Amino acid sequence: MTAYIVRRLFATLPVMAVVAVFVFFLIRFAPGDPAAIIAGEDATAEAIAQVRAKLGLDRPFMEQFFIWILQMLQGDLGVSIFSNLPVSRLIVQRVEPTVALTLSTLFVAVALAIPIGVVAAWKARRLVDRLVMGFAVLGFAMPVFVLAYILIYFFAVQWQLLPVQGYRPIAEGFWPFVESLILPSVALGVTYMALIARITRASMLEVLAQDYIRTANAKGLATDRVLLLHALKNAAVPIVTVIGIGIALLISGVVITETVFNIPGLGRLTVDAVLKRDYPVVQGLILVFAAAKVLVNLIIDISYAFLDPRIRY
Amino acid sequence: MAVITDDLALPPRRFSLATAIRRNPTITFGAVLLTALIVVAIFAPYIAYSDPFKIAPVNRLRPPSERWWFGTDQFGRDVFSRTVYGARVSLFVGLTVAAFSSLLGLALGLLCGYFRRVDGIVMRVMDGLMAIPSILLAIALITLTRPGLGIVIVAIIIPEVPRIVRVVRAVVLSIRSQPYIESAIAGGTKNAKLLMRHVLPNALAPLIVQSTYVCASAMLIEAGLSFLGAGVPPEVPSWGNIIAQGRTFFQIAPWTILIPGTFLAITVLAVNLLGDGLRDRLDPRLARRL
Repeated sequence: MTAYIVRRLFATLPVMAVVAVFVFFLIRFAPGDPAAIIAGEDATAEAIAQVRAKLGLDRPFMEQFFIWILQMLQGDLGVSIFSNLPVSRLIVQRVEPTVALTLSTLFVAVALAIPIGVVAAWKARRLVDRLVMGFAVLGFAMPVFVLAYILIYFFAVQWQLLPVQGYRPIAEGFWPFVESLILPSVALGVTYMALIARITRASMLEVLAQDYIRTANAKGLATDRVLLLHALKNAAVPIVTVIGIGIALLISGVVITETVFNIPGLGRLTVDAVLKRDYPVVQGLILVFAAAKVLVNLIIDISYAFLDPRIRY
Repeated sequence: MAVITDDLALPPRRFSLATAIRRNPTITFGAVLLTALIVVAIFAPYIAYSDPFKIAPVNRLRPPSERWWFGTDQFGRDVFSRTVYGARVSLFVGLTVAAFSSLLGLALGLLCGYFRRVDGIVMRVMDGLMAIPSILLAIALITLTRPGLGIVIVAIIIPEVPRIVRVVRAVVLSIRSQPYIESAIAGGTKNAKLLMRHVLPNALAPLIVQSTYVCASAMLIEAGLSFLGAGVPPEVPSWGNIIAQGRTFFQIAPWTILIPGTFLAITVLAVNLLGDGLRDRLDPRLARRL
């Protein structure tokens, strides 16, 4: 077990290395002169040179590379071009809302999608199943921001049940915090829910066709026991896999959702940085988001070993 | 034995469109919807009854009516005409990204699956690229270049390629170990011919299915990027841009967001349905698992 975890841990290193190298090369091989573009439309030659120096683009290539690697290993993500603050500090300041939004979405999506998927598989080809599959197909096609505006229009503008926009930190009270997260979590979570419900249904269908399920039914076990203990447990691996894959969807969606709902998290930081062409911030955020994704995948991989003792890579 | 020969001797059934449609309702529905949208995109100048760029402050924020079918935006521009033109951008981006990432992904996937020495390096790079959320990767590239449709397309292709590579590579790996490939190698077939004749045809079905999903995802990313202000230049009437510009006045003029948004959702839905249908038809093993 420990050996497996350690091996998986080491396997994440090359992935992160590729991400780091990619980000390093991106600015150096981008078409045109990135320094001129970052400096802005009517920047003087002097200003452009300043930006170039700030990004370290004026130094020899190999030197840049080693400085970059050393800084990264020390957790130094560089300095924002506009605010002159360390990128790592900007990121830490904005982490809380994003983590709150991601976790609440994860919770909403998983808590709703798995029961929906189980029921759909149980009642396969009946009306409930068709409705669930219909929802899944629609959920895949619905852009996050369109759904977000539809939700805002009804729940916040027409019926005035929930706040239109904004984020309240948990320190300001639990209810306002939850209230500010409901609409963003649902908007962000629907695609994710569709994905999980669909896989849960498919995986359950496969398991429900097995002999031991027939045996369990034949010996008179209650349906809920068969569905949850015998079937769902054995259907878990693909479901957990897709929950992991979906994290990527969530991270991309966070950027858009935070913009719609005006939540001051990492997503907003990204958009603000892009609009100001603050590349060091964008680059730091990519590393952080990629690391988060790699970490989630690692947790998923390790959870396999618990869910299915036969799995050992 | 006789029964079997009789069976084989049956004349091939004539192709009937009606039967094909009845058997594949999903493909038909998706294809018809998509064709309709493509027709709208191609004939946009004839369908749009007014100039999508014409600013008329007198008519700003008019609700949908007989004169302005989908209402007007805060500059008095006609939302119907803009939405019709927006179909061009979305479909162009979706189809171009699907085509280029399929070609690139196919080449890399064949290479990786067939020449094991390249595999290690290329797949590590693909893993790394896949670790970066696609919209962020696109954003990073866009931060560094001048805005334009071309760069948006490139920025979406890069994160989509690994998805194709993985699918193609998996097929190639499973085919490589088949006896008929071994016998072809033993018979002295050249690598190039082996790939084109024996490996490629097998990879085609999953490739087509995957590329429809890439097309759908590209349209969503393009709209998302435009919505964030990091997509095609703001003067281009893309669905993402129309929605982004409607944000400020959303509460009094929700049609500027909801109508182009619905069109985007329907287009993505059409492509996804086409993909689901093709998957069920071309790749029954995968279909059973999903």
